[in-house]
Amino acid sequence: MESWRRNKLAFAILTLPPSAWLVVFFTLPLVIVWLYSFAERGPQGQILLAFTFANYDRALEWIHLSIIWKSVWIAAITTTLCFVIGFPLAMGIAFAPRRFKNPLLLLVVLPFWTNLLIRTYAWIAVLRTRGFLNFGLEWLHDQVAGALALVGLSDLLGPFQPLELLYNQYAVIIGLVYVHLPFLVLPVYATLEKLDKAYLEAALDLGAGQWRMLWTVTIPLALPGIVSGCLLVSILSLGSFLTPDLLGGTDSAMIGNLIARQFSSSRDWPFGAALSFLLLYATFLILWVRAAQAGRSTASEAA
Amino acid sequence: MSATRSLRRRVGPLEYGRKGWMQLVMFLGFFFLYFPIVSLVAFSFNDSKRNIVWQGFTLRYYEMALNNQALHTAFTNSLFIATVSTLVSTVLGAMLGLALYRFRFPGKGPFEGWVHLPIVIPEICMGVAALAFFARLDIPLGLFTITVSHIAFSIPFVAVVIRARMAGFDMALEEASLDLGANQWQTFWNVTIPYMLPGIVAGALLAFTLSLDDFVITFFTSGPGSTTFPVKVYSMVRFSVTPEVNAASSILIAITLTLTVAALAIQSRWTRKRGDA
Repeated sequence: MESWRRNKLAFAILTLPPSAWLVVFFTLPLVIVWLYSFAERGPQGQILLAFTFANYDRALEWIHLSIIWKSVWIAAITTTLCFVIGFPLAMGIAFAPRRFKNPLLLLVVLPFWTNLLIRTYAWIAVLRTRGFLNFGLEWLHDQVAGALALVGLSDLLGPFQPLELLYNQYAVIIGLVYVHLPFLVLPVYATLEKLDKAYLEAALDLGAGQWRMLWTVTIPLALPGIVSGCLLVSILSLGSFLTPDLLGGTDSAMIGNLIARQFSSSRDWPFGAALSFLLLYATFLILWVRAAQAGRSTASEAA
Repeated sequence: MSATRSLRRRVGPLEYGRKGWMQLVMFLGFFFLYFPIVSLVAFSFNDSKRNIVWQGFTLRYYEMALNNQALHTAFTNSLFIATVSTLVSTVLGAMLGLALYRFRFPGKGPFEGWVHLPIVIPEICMGVAALAFFARLDIPLGLFTITVSHIAFSIPFVAVVIRARMAGFDMALEEASLDLGANQWQTFWNVTIPYMLPGIVAGALLAFTLSLDDFVITFFTSGPGSTTFPVKVYSMVRFSVTPEVNAASSILIAITLTLTVAALAIQSRWTRKRGDA
């Protein structure tokens, strides 16, 4: 690496065009939204620049606060489920024979490379009342009913009632876990892979059982990857818009949907801007925790 | 014979890959990951309107999807946007990645944080910000606004890929070229760029898939006449689940998977080469 002073011309040619693009089409829009978050809404929905915290105050009104609170909850449950499903998966890959590791990792990442919209839509096809899951249940129901009819209990089960699986919070959580699972598996796998297996063997040699080893040795050693993956999943699910929009019902709007609504049907841009920045601040907070944690773990490694 | 059998029976305490319960857990995990997509693709070939019971193989819905004029236009729009966005963001992203690899400068830490921001902030925030920006400047929403926003969020991704590629570069090669009388431009074109090429290709493929796949930002920056493929599929999906949508989705899955596998193949080829050297 050389100092920028040694080749000022090359430095300027390389950095200025991309920086300019990002300033104009990324930073400036965010600055405008930030300014809007302190603005007032005129009678026709136009934006009157002002300096008021009224928009932020409105976010604290109960109907909005409940949505924000629910988003935090949904993100927390999603993160927990991603950990519960993703950790064993990451562990299985990390301890698999060497030649299986890369193919298995690829299998985890591949769905993640298909379109977000399509992955979410696929769950509509699975969960709706005439979806694959209800069809499977119906088939099962018919088999059981047929078996019961043989022993003369034909009316015991009654006709099949499809389950209402879609358009509720559970569907949103399933969709979010599905979409974000690779973001947890990859960092956890990375730490488990680097982990010195001698520690685990030592724990077993000294008489710990598999469970005790998992809780007192494996998980503490993999903690940096676990924390990093969990924070990543929580950032992404907290700010999600498409999944709750497609899979959720009226009771399961998240903060992203609330923001989108202000910018479309409600046309209350200042309030939407304030909500966007609340979401951004929450994201920055989580990123900061993540950076602090990463800094601490590299410091302890160096020590 | 008996030796192999005893080998097979004895599973070491840390060989989780060979434990039955772990295999079951992994099977369930992968089932969860693949069941929705695979069933979606499978049922796009199903010859039944109700789309539930398997009635036989058909390509009818692919024909319908391909002949659907609105889908066609949306797809052409998507390809156009992705192509332009890829060309511009690959050049700008490569410049940025190269600069970050190459130079030490005051404020580099915060600069890097800022540059990587589009990767981490919620898409919905970027989408509404772009909408507010274009509305403020009275720029009508359309192909232009979508493309410009796609370029903005693709630049950091390309920069990350290029920088990772350059990490293995030996600066002595450039010094040798300069010593042998080439000027800076010649060195750049004949030494640096050829080394960077796999990174450029991988970055471009990434930018292309990012643009082709994006829904949220496109949703806020597209106007009435500039629907992209994902936005069109979204509006179809909101109303009903039809085999036609499944077919259209499967086509998009096939395209992105092909591009991704190509990008991965290029990356693994270059790491293997580096490993051999």
